[in-house]
Amino acid sequence: MSSVLSPYFPILFTGVAALLIAGGATAASFLLGPKKPNEAKLDVYECGVPVVGSARQRLSVKFYLTAILFILFDIETVFLYLWASAFDMLGWFGVVEVAIFVTTLAAGYVYILKRGALDWD
Amino acid sequence: MDNPVVFELVATVLKVVLALVVALQVAPLMVWVERRQAALIQRRIGPNRVGLFGFRLFGFGQPLADTIKLLFKEDFIPKHANKVFYVIAPIVPALMGLLAITGIPFGKYVEVMGYRVNLQPVDLNAGFLYLFAVSALGVYGVALAGWSSNNKYALLGGLRASAQMISYEIAMGLSLLPIVFIFGTLNLQNIIGAQSGHLLFGFLPAWGIFYAPVSFVIFVITMFAETNRLPFDLAEGEAELVAGFLTEYGSMRWSLFFLGEYAMMFTLSALTVCLFLGGYEIPYLPQTRIVEMLSGTLGNELALWATFLIGFGVLIFKVCIFMFIFVQARFTLPRFRYDQLMRVGWVYMLPLALVNVVVSAVWAALSKF
Repeated sequence: MSSVLSPYFPILFTGVAALLIAGGATAASFLLGPKKPNEAKLDVYECGVPVVGSARQRLSVKFYLTAILFILFDIETVFLYLWASAFDMLGWFGVVEVAIFVTTLAAGYVYILKRGALDWD
Repeated sequence: MDNPVVFELVATVLKVVLALVVALQVAPLMVWVERRQAALIQRRIGPNRVGLFGFRLFGFGQPLADTIKLLFKEDFIPKHANKVFYVIAPIVPALMGLLAITGIPFGKYVEVMGYRVNLQPVDLNAGFLYLFAVSALGVYGVALAGWSSNNKYALLGGLRASAQMISYEIAMGLSLLPIVFIFGTLNLQNIIGAQSGHLLFGFLPAWGIFYAPVSFVIFVITMFAETNRLPFDLAEGEAELVAGFLTEYGSMRWSLFFLGEYAMMFTLSALTVCLFLGGYEIPYLPQTRIVEMLSGTLGNELALWATFLIGFGVLIFKVCIFMFIFVQARFTLPRFRYDQLMRVGWVYMLPLALVNVVVSAVWAALSKF
């Protein structure tokens, strides 16, 4: 199709429509449903026994570590996408460069593996 | 309608509406299919009471009744919850699910009044990276829901789900690299077009799965993990976490999470079909041939429309196979333990995906240059 409109226009339109659908569904159940709040219903659910402490507690550092490693490897994936879309232009030069890049990365990967950063026990 | 801007506006709106209708039908239909299939596996009857217009139809009216029931449930916000994020959280997965489905090509193109209409609602030069970007944002809904509920089960479920989704996303991204450099494009329409030919003297269709079988396996496994489906549904492991990040949710807010989940299941299945299984193309019978055969009797414009309908049916059929596997796996496989899950993602999938990239690159370079 000849692009008179921006290719991003359908995304905007879908976003608005989806927000209306999601917001409308929530609003409808807000308006249609009964309203009978009581103390027990609004309390934190812990299988029916009185609540112990709060949910705002310290967390395992493993989650933080996972997030950091994710950023590292995900950015590397993004770099590789640039190479993959220019694969035909770069030829063997690109393949060799990427092999070096991936080897360097693999060294780092082996390091975090040996240090136990990926163990969850 | 002579004005091209008006024409394109109308065409875009219609395409997006088609995609949204598909997305909104998937959730209730899949709930029904899932309950019936579960009943078959477990040798029970399943929902069979609610029919339509006086016919039972194997309980086909059940999704409708469920939706009405959910609308009339009490909509409450727990006292300790962070209200703003608690309200925003369910909208995020639903929004991302509906946005992602617009990136799927439902057919090649049709011609209306001399204009050629591409049947992929969102066709960016970034190609299927748009689908990745949008589906990755779904993790915000899960993380926000877990944190804002201010409930220990919800918090743990949300954190587990977020960690799982980002862990498998790396292997997912890496697994599709071979597809990009084998077909030389990120555009889904071009990738499907490249798959309409033959391999091995016409013996096999030229599908991505035969070029990159390891990528296909990795992608399907990570697809299960990304959509939080069994055996990867640690986030809602009811035996240990009540319902995970969904614990404090009810009524329509709760069902919005499932709308997002099922829309994402459909989108990722459709993406797999487009990248590895030829999309809307029938093996041995490319769409260009169908158009040629039909245009004699129907004329070019109608033949394109008929081809679109055939292709749409083929696409839905292929996606249905994946949906069947999703449900079958849910009631066949036990759940992973959390350390096993993270181990599979980081220690097996990630190196396998990296090796796959390098080996496929050498292979592609040998055959191309």
